[in-house]
Amino acid sequence: MSIFVSQLFNGLSLGSIMLLIALGLAITFGLMNVINMAHGELIMVGAYATYVMQLIFSKYLPESLFNYYYFIAIPISFLVASFIGYLLEKGIIRFLYNRPTDSLLATWGISLILQQIARSIFGAPNVAVVAPAWMDGGLQIFGITLPYKRLLILTLSIVCIALLYYYLNKTSTGLRIRAVTMNRNMASCLGISTRKIDSLGFALGAGLAGIAGCSLTLLGPIGPTIGTYYIVDAFMVVILGGIGGLKGTIIGAFGIGMLSTVVEYSFGATMAKVIVFAVIILFLQWKPLGIFSYRTRALD
Amino acid sequence: MKKIFLFLTIFSVIFASGCAMSSALEEKESSDGQNSEQNETDVVKVGILHSLSGTMAISEVSLKDAELMAIEEINNSGGLLGKKIEPVIEDGASDWPTFAEKAKKLLQQDKVATIFGGWTSASRKAMLPVVEQNKGLLWYPVQYEGMESSPNIFYTGATTNQQIVPAVSWLLNNKGKKFFLIGSDYVFPRTANSIIKAQLKAEGGEVVVEEYTPLGHTDYSTVINKMKKVKPDVVFNTLNGDSNVAFFKQLKDAGITSKDVTVMSVSIAEEEIRGIGGEVLAGHLAVWNYFQTTDTPENKAFVEKYKEAYGEERVTDDPIEAAYIAVHLWAEAVKKAGSFEVEKVKEAAKGIEYKAPGGTVKIEGENQHLWKTVRIGEIQQDGQFKEIWNSGEPVKPDPYLKSYSWAKKLSKNDE
Repeated sequence: MSIFVSQLFNGLSLGSIMLLIALGLAITFGLMNVINMAHGELIMVGAYATYVMQLIFSKYLPESLFNYYYFIAIPISFLVASFIGYLLEKGIIRFLYNRPTDSLLATWGISLILQQIARSIFGAPNVAVVAPAWMDGGLQIFGITLPYKRLLILTLSIVCIALLYYYLNKTSTGLRIRAVTMNRNMASCLGISTRKIDSLGFALGAGLAGIAGCSLTLLGPIGPTIGTYYIVDAFMVVILGGIGGLKGTIIGAFGIGMLSTVVEYSFGATMAKVIVFAVIILFLQWKPLGIFSYRTRALD
Repeated sequence: MKKIFLFLTIFSVIFASGCAMSSALEEKESSDGQNSEQNETDVVKVGILHSLSGTMAISEVSLKDAELMAIEEINNSGGLLGKKIEPVIEDGASDWPTFAEKAKKLLQQDKVATIFGGWTSASRKAMLPVVEQNKGLLWYPVQYEGMESSPNIFYTGATTNQQIVPAVSWLLNNKGKKFFLIGSDYVFPRTANSIIKAQLKAEGGEVVVEEYTPLGHTDYSTVINKMKKVKPDVVFNTLNGDSNVAFFKQLKDAGITSKDVTVMSVSIAEEEIRGIGGEVLAGHLAVWNYFQTTDTPENKAFVEKYKEAYGEERVTDDPIEAAYIAVHLWAEAVKKAGSFEVEKVKEAAKGIEYKAPGGTVKIEGENQHLWKTVRIGEIQQDGQFKEIWNSGEPVKPDPYLKSYSWAKKLSKNDE
């Protein structure tokens, strides 16, 4: 019984990680149609930003504050990653809208460049992020342990989704982003500066990748190539969920998370990967546009 | 305003790609430059072939550093047979076909006297046919799964009977009988585990779970759940690379410490500990032939020199030491042979003894592996090892485990 409950929690937790890494991509790829292969490296940027914050806190600030560095690291990694995303959009990606194959190659190149920059600055080996002491251990409930770090990531993903939902549906900038992605020409006729909206949207997606990177420092390795571990999962979630909306991404992320943990328990991790991929491919045969497909009024 | 932004971005991208290229260019320049300046007869070229990019760069870059340091030492003390050693550095890029291709390039185009290189067994197996066909020489510096002995390769890392087999015996005597095997899903962990299973069967242990995860796997919650259910005495860990970070971080979060279950690792050395954090690993064990804390006068000098050359924060570990001594052993063999010719060097190498930082080693002529001392260490908070057991004397290498009756079936299957 306790194994069942804790596997359920593990599925939820894996789903929330998937959701965080896919959320930024749901905007850049899902809404804006940029095949952004550098998404994984924006995750890496967030992870290194967290590492740097930790160094700053442990070196220059009193020890009593170290326990709280993580709360500063979250917005910082968002800002750093979104700034880099903004520069990428301004410098390269805006010339490549409507040229998906070119943007695929260009962003792949960017991802290699970003990896090499990280390697030059921080060195090739992994770096260690020390989590604050209060994050050690976990909540004891029903005879199982729910690690605080996983609970934190679960909460973080829910908060991100809520804020993003509010931003895209209730604020005027958010509505503009959606208007531009639904019908660029019409939005532009109505006086929306589509260029500004594009860079804003891309920066937002990049920033969310940064938050994902920040949260991954708690669980996994932090090195120049960590982006490559997550990029495939991120695309998988967005494609399964259906391009164009957040609802599908949420369901896709938790669906894949649950399925992987269930299959992994009985068949091992390698088989879990195979089976999850097979299920997704079969599903896309049945519903080629993903769980939710969005109709737009654009003529494409 | 916008133009400035555009300019800045383009500039930074160009700058960045320049950085990426520069290291490649430097190598070229250095080899081209020396060619024209120095007479061909004054230098002897050796190849260094490690992954300097990609997922294995994390481990292999330090091996390149250690090999360059050894080459510099030899050059500073007058070179070899009156010639300076000139390294030709190639990047295997964590991609096995690239290793084969670059090895071929080094042997055929650069005509190197020997190659130092490789980390993963896959990279070694990719280079093996190339060095055999071209009658070249390869020094491979990492512990591996055994069951191999190429006439064109010298193995300076441990084979199974110098690492895994003694570790399993020690665990059975000191920690318990119930083993949980966890490894990355490729050749080394699978071969290692088939050896461990045979040994446990013969020596009265029991395997409760055997788990494999893909290379680069980052979620270990399910594996840890299984561990909680079966409550093993010992976890034998053959995970490789970044997965270790995820595994140990999540193990600690799940409330499992070294007091609850001992994890014995074969791929975690000082370098890897730096990327995981000593406080996450404290109390767990690893088995090697060398630790940075190994107490020999040679090691004191070695660690000091390495830190001086590459920075105070750098650490040394078993593969780094094995890469370093590989260069020196080759140099000793060349001196003894009085020639750079592969066949003569191989013949001369037999039985050479060398005072390595990790204790005296000797080249076994029969299989071109090294006699090495086995050491088990406990990881401390500061990321260093405290040695808790050693074999007392160098152990004879036995890659096919011929001297173990329980291993008869294994070597037959593989041959």
